Amino acid sequence: MNQKFKKLKQNPNLVIGGTITFIFIVMAVWAPALSPYHPVDDADLMVSELPPSITYPFGTDEQGRDILTRVIYGSRISLSVGLVSQAMNTIIGIILGLTAGFFGKWWDDIVMGLTNIMLSIPSMIFALAVMAVMGPGLMNIFLALGLTNWAFTCRITRSQVLSTRSLDYVKAANALGYSRTRIMFTQILPNILGPILVVATLGMAGAILMEASLSFLGLGTQPPTPSWGGMLASAREQMFTTPWISIFPGMAIFFAVLGLNLFGDGLRDILDPHLTRKAK
Amino acid sequence: MSDELLTVKDLKVHFPVKKGIFSRIKGYVYAVDGFSIALNKGETLGVVGESGCGKTTAGMAILNLIQPTDGVIRFESKDITHLSSMSRAKQLDIRKKMQIIFQDPYSSLNPRMSLNQIIGVPMKIHGICPKNEIKDRIALILEKVGLSPDHGKRYPHEFSGGQRQRIGIARALCLNPRLIIGDEPVSALDVSIQAQIINLLLDLQDEFNLSYIVIAHDLAVVEHIADRIVVMYLGKIIETAPYKDIYTNPQHPYTQALLSSIPIPDPRAKRTHAILQGDVPSPRNPPSGCAFHPRCPDAKDICSQVSPELRQISPHHLAACHLV
Amino acid sequence: MAAYTFRRILQFFPTVFFISLIMFGLLNVLPGDATLMAGGSKHHLDEKTAQMLKKQLGLDRPLYVRYASYMKNLLKGDLGRSFLRNESVNSLVAQRIGPTLYLSTAAMVIAVGLGIPLGFLSALKQGSFLDTLSMLGAVSGVSVPQFWLGLILMYLFSLVLGWFPSQGYGDGHLMHLILPAFTLGVGYMALLARTTRAAVVEVLTQDYIRTARSKGLSVLIVNFTHVFRNTMVLILTTAGLQFGSLIGQTVIVEKLFSWPGIGSLLVDSIFQRDIPVTQGCVLIIIGIFLLVNLVVDLLYGVIDPRIELS
Repeated sequence: MNQKFKKLKQNPNLVIGGTITFIFIVMAVWAPALSPYHPVDDADLMVSELPPSITYPFGTDEQGRDILTRVIYGSRISLSVGLVSQAMNTIIGIILGLTAGFFGKWWDDIVMGLTNIMLSIPSMIFALAVMAVMGPGLMNIFLALGLTNWAFTCRITRSQVLSTRSLDYVKAANALGYSRTRIMFTQILPNILGPILVVATLGMAGAILMEASLSFLGLGTQPPTPSWGGMLASAREQMFTTPWISIFPGMAIFFAVLGLNLFGDGLRDILDPHLTRKAK
Repeated sequence: MSDELLTVKDLKVHFPVKKGIFSRIKGYVYAVDGFSIALNKGETLGVVGESGCGKTTAGMAILNLIQPTDGVIRFESKDITHLSSMSRAKQLDIRKKMQIIFQDPYSSLNPRMSLNQIIGVPMKIHGICPKNEIKDRIALILEKVGLSPDHGKRYPHEFSGGQRQRIGIARALCLNPRLIIGDEPVSALDVSIQAQIINLLLDLQDEFNLSYIVIAHDLAVVEHIADRIVVMYLGKIIETAPYKDIYTNPQHPYTQALLSSIPIPDPRAKRTHAILQGDVPSPRNPPSGCAFHPRCPDAKDICSQVSPELRQISPHHLAACHLV
Repeated sequence: MAAYTFRRILQFFPTVFFISLIMFGLLNVLPGDATLMAGGSKHHLDEKTAQMLKKQLGLDRPLYVRYASYMKNLLKGDLGRSFLRNESVNSLVAQRIGPTLYLSTAAMVIAVGLGIPLGFLSALKQGSFLDTLSMLGAVSGVSVPQFWLGLILMYLFSLVLGWFPSQGYGDGHLMHLILPAFTLGVGYMALLARTTRAAVVEVLTQDYIRTARSKGLSVLIVNFTHVFRNTMVLILTTAGLQFGSLIGQTVIVEKLFSWPGIGSLLVDSIFQRDIPVTQGCVLIIIGIFLLVNLVVDLLYGVIDPRIELS
């Protein structure tokens, strides 16, 4: 116990990042209980654009809605985008990388070719193109971000499979008559989850940032949904007169992304500083 | 039915070397190039050679963990050369009977599986015994290799190197095999533990009537365990004989050199020290004629021109050298 | 070296081809009618006009015919015609590409000029106050949403201090460039600083550096000749790969600062559903990214003779 505590102390990234992320998870799960108002319905033009005060800790926006409430509810959008889209990316990346590394031959060539093409399209541009076709909305954000960012996961999974499959215990499993599927899922996959987890954590941070950017451009979640990027988009015009409308949602994005980035860095330090860097 | 368990005839394993834009094959690594052995039930064969001589590759090819390029492997009178393209049922039937023990007790155990899984899952795959008896059988096997049945819930990282090697033996034993290939099974262990593991292997051989192929890089280890010894150099067998003949009457200069590197516990014993010069040449461009000639202290002109065949010296003793 | 260069350039074309295929497929999955209906014209079209427009824009042809003619034009260097404006995509892009390159180059210069020295210093003074501070800054720089950072900078430097203009291109005047270039460069700078630090720390622990030091070479010479050369490969790789995120971010920064580049053209075309323009912008942006990576790959050979080029 004492030793574990010491180890954590040597890894402040993991502790700080984990704490920040945990706070956001709590905010997202218990948003109704934590918020003083309703994020959409409690609009009152009589109290619009009020600076921060005791009744409205973060102030109110141009429609008189409590900004604190909307920031708290916004964590639901951001975290769900990060979680859902990154889950999709991870699953696609694992399936493709695992099979490419394991079966090799023409399948490997196809998968790696596709991966390299995906890597040569800037993800922001890819997401914009997908949103251009499908139109704005939360569901489309899940898809646009969940189908376009699996290349890193695929690449690292494949390289890990290649180095793991030549280990003796995989040969032993072969000699013992394990089927190929069983080898993939019981011998290889459990032993390469670490680096995949690191990529997934950092990818979640990227997805949250991307959703905020798309919503800021007006291509993401639509008003009145309380999304941090969307709040900034409507606050942009009033930046010079009522800056607090922009400050707080921006800080929320910043800290949510920072938390996940720190957590991912910490994980990487624990696992192996070389693994993920090489694949990237 | 004969006593013969395994026959390997002229086994070859060549790995292609690819290069260039279109990955054309630019040559081959002749890892194993003509390997023939016969092994009887209950017998132990020692395969000896320096690293890179193809001994491990030959072992892997016999188990069909590497696809042989050419040759025939017969096991219990069945041709298993192309095992991996046989039906799954047939494959399982053969796999069950041939197992392997690895050199490195760390990379040879899956860190995410408990002992119960490492030993129990193969039993389930092969339906070795009724489900309700698996637990008892795991306990029995753990006991046989000198571990406690209580260890079943633990994971490999909780054990020492010697104990891990016992786990590896238990895994090889769990399917009740006829043949176990040991790829340098003790060379990664401390000397004191080496003896324990060798004794364990000998005890198990008696109890289960096992046949072993023990691969080693020097003659010191196989001395205690092998009935018959095969010496390999650059993918080829250069001498094979019962173990006594190898130790008392080595024919090939390479075997002689290997022998002279074993320390003798008698300070007065006289022995010529034939120390090998240089390194093993690359199996990609093996030397012409006898592959050993660039390092051979007695090499003649013919050695660099004609490749020597294995010739009979005495009824069970073969050597490939122009000079004997 | 010549063979490597040739092969690397040869690989460039299939990649461009597949990307154009993917992007065409993606942006043209909607059938002709739907494209037209969404095609910006808000007025209700009567049957006759709709037919005429479809014919005029070539949307009545099946998808593969449209793709074939699109590729034929693309090979001639023609990106097509805008649905809405009576202009070719080529000329629209040509007007906008200058400001985008201007902005992204400036951001690159800021990022490289500050990020690499910062990473270098941090690595040489590991654990110092400077190291902690700059690495804290780096992780923040990677995490900060750029449109928000841009807003804050505008508020501070335009409204409060009044040093720089907050909006527009201003005919490329340097004062107009500084805020958007800095906003765009921050994330990239942070990434470069982190990568540089990691690479230098790794090289510093290698044996040959210790040998060089024990030979009595001065710390300065060791740092600059040995360390720098050997870390450049790692840094360049990151620089090349991450340039994609920089060029992606120009979209947002251009929109925020009303900068008349390809990024803002792209966003406008998406809202107007002017598919040929969207397609053209996407291809040009990806093309720039691919070219940068091609140059980076070719630079490897110059910097690190160890890399096997065969």
